[in-house]
Amino acid sequence: MELLLDSLFNGVAIGSVLLVAALGLAIVFGLMGVINLAHGELMMLGAYTTYVTQLIFKLPILKPFYNSYIIVSIFLAFIVSGVVGILLEKTIIRKLYGSPLETLLATWGVSLILQQFVRSVPLAYGSGLVISLIIGLFLPNTFSLKIKESINFKYFKFSSWILAALTGVLTGSVISSTVSKLSRASARNVDVTAPSWMRGQVEILGTAFPKTRLMIIVITLISVIAITLFLNQSAWGMRIRAVTQNRQMSDCLGISTEKVDIITFGIGSGLAGVAGVAVSLLGSVGPNVGGNYIVGCFMVVVLGGVGNLLGTVLASFGIGIMTDLIGAGRLLSIWPDMPLPLSNTINFFATTSMARVMIFALIVIFLQFKPTGLFPQKGRMVEN
Amino acid sequence: MRISRRILAGLATASLAVTATSCGGGGTSGSFDDTVTVGILHSLSGTMAISESTLVDTEKMAIEEINAAGGVKVGGKSYKIEYIVEDGASDWPTFAEKSKKLIDQDGVPVVFGGWTSASRKAMLPVYESKDAFLYYPIQYEAQECSNNIFYTGATPNQQSEPATDFMYKRSPAAGGDFFLVGSDYVFPRTSNTITKAQVKQLGGKVVGEDYLPLGNTEVAPIISKIKKALPEGGIIINTLNGDQNVAFFKQIQDAGITPSSGYYVMNYSIAEEEISTIGPEFLEGHYGAWNYMMSIDTPASKKFAKSFKKRWGADRVVADPQESAYNMVYLWKQAVEDAGTFDDNAVREALVGQKFDAPQGPVEVMPNHHLSQTVRIGEINAEGGFTILEETGVVLPQAWNQKHPSSKGFACDWTDPSKGEKYKL
Repeated sequence: MELLLDSLFNGVAIGSVLLVAALGLAIVFGLMGVINLAHGELMMLGAYTTYVTQLIFKLPILKPFYNSYIIVSIFLAFIVSGVVGILLEKTIIRKLYGSPLETLLATWGVSLILQQFVRSVPLAYGSGLVISLIIGLFLPNTFSLKIKESINFKYFKFSSWILAALTGVLTGSVISSTVSKLSRASARNVDVTAPSWMRGQVEILGTAFPKTRLMIIVITLISVIAITLFLNQSAWGMRIRAVTQNRQMSDCLGISTEKVDIITFGIGSGLAGVAGVAVSLLGSVGPNVGGNYIVGCFMVVVLGGVGNLLGTVLASFGIGIMTDLIGAGRLLSIWPDMPLPLSNTINFFATTSMARVMIFALIVIFLQFKPTGLFPQKGRMVEN
Repeated sequence: MRISRRILAGLATASLAVTATSCGGGGTSGSFDDTVTVGILHSLSGTMAISESTLVDTEKMAIEEINAAGGVKVGGKSYKIEYIVEDGASDWPTFAEKSKKLIDQDGVPVVFGGWTSASRKAMLPVYESKDAFLYYPIQYEAQECSNNIFYTGATPNQQSEPATDFMYKRSPAAGGDFFLVGSDYVFPRTSNTITKAQVKQLGGKVVGEDYLPLGNTEVAPIISKIKKALPEGGIIINTLNGDQNVAFFKQIQDAGITPSSGYYVMNYSIAEEEISTIGPEFLEGHYGAWNYMMSIDTPASKKFAKSFKKRWGADRVVADPQESAYNMVYLWKQAVEDAGTFDDNAVREALVGQKFDAPQGPVEVMPNHHLSQTVRIGEINAEGGFTILEETGVVLPQAWNQKHPSSKGFACDWTDPSKGEKYKL
């Protein structure tokens, strides 16, 4: 019983890391069909947001609230990655809809730029830049309809960008002068330390579970539930699904597909940021942190069936449980006296690297029989 | 990529020019008769840049120190050392390509370079075919002995063997079972083969081993294996690389695998630099084994740390790889002065037997092109340094490990033409 619980928990823990990382991609790649190779770097931005938030919460004014910084950083990471994603959509991806190869190359380029960006720009000014982007992109939308429709709107827009730039520079220099660790650019990996209430273990049914893992599972669950509710219940969610199913028809019926694209991409990118927070709790935060996850993300989305959230959920937990089952040699402890050749085979694959080989092989075999994944999209696909 | 490399190269040359001119302001600048240009080849970009750039800093410092003390004196003339820094870009073929460039185009008499075993293996054929010289400063798995490479880092018998011995006999987990964890590449696998043989000789038991593919940070399956294999605590030998250590220590601490519950981790790749990145709160109470530790309380060690901080910033630390890099520049200088020429082959002969009062204590170049060194076992403390627990005498290097089944009974001696790279003892 304890063994089963332990194994199940480990599988779910590994799976939820995969799931939270792949969730954003399931939307961007699954629903929109955009092959976004910069997804990992959007995660990285989320992880760096956590780091910056952590340092800012160490300042004397915010010190009493230090323990809650991780919650705040989840929201901040969503906004930061979301805004960068929106900028990416507006400037690059929008021009490339329907040409997957070009999108692939362009987003790969973006991923390299983002990696180099965090290496060579001090994080304080990076934060300032993100703040300018947020103000510049959103301030014009808050103006009243009267202003928006006037011919002088472009001047309002222009002046709000100037305001945004000034605020960005100001915040950048304020952060840089108060938090010395953020004032210099560095290619070194940095470390996010979980607040004390999230360290250690809790005991459930006689088995001890690490709290950070539980936290990641909670983050994942909340993200999945929130995104499912959003897609199925809200007006924008329905518009997103409508555009995914039939773009021309939705356009004809008066849905602004342009706006839908921005929102979908923004949400997908924002979820990547949330994944970044989760990942920062497990390892170190560095420019390459996203690259370690991107292959896994695509694998999960393809295995689950492109365009299907349920498939993504099942695929990631499936891979998680398989990883634990093979990698930790669980079968041997369930059935200790199996015949020698079999137990030798299991022992051979019971290392992390061989388990990975085995899982990739199994996925390749599975896709031979079901090339569209666990839950293929039914009906006519209009986008192809 | 290409552009960024060019910019980096440009920056490197620019910084070179700056250092050269700023050095020119030194008091002894006018008194040089000539200059000699050496090559420095480490990764300044890519994943290894974080580690390797510290070696470039140290080598520059050693060269500046030598210049400030009057340069290299050869045949009654004093030579100022200048250097060309090339970027290996964490890409092994690039190391070979840049080595060719340094040897053929720039005509440098010596190259100080490399970090990963993969980069050394890529460079080795270049130096052997051109009969040029590489000085390699990293502790490594040995099982190699080239006539054209000088290895100033530790061999396994100068690091992992004394460490395993300590863990099995004198650590708080003495007599316990071993679990081996490493990144999936040549150094951890070779090192663990040696450790397994040694544990068997000592009468202990290795109850499990696992390798994490490079770049992977999911440690959960390894943790469940450790808990299954060592339910009551025991000894973990860790040869993980770089960032994977961060994931490993964060996750094992959360899973309750800590010194207070009887699990002691001995690390071969965690020095002061890495402790500050991972965070001492995750490492306190675990162990490390090195030839040099910043906490060594001798004037030479303190002076080394102090000059490095003075040159590169008060928050910087020095660690074992940097000390090896520092030593190799000085050893080369001494050998050149003894040989009375920059000629490769004369320097090679003069180098064997060179003694140097290194920050770690006295070192000597052995006929197998490795150094005799002191081994230290330290416990990681809350301040991010090592509390030194044990210190061996001077340990002679074994290029061919005597516990590894493939090299048992072999040795290397380049001073005797009948022996060479690998001869039977």
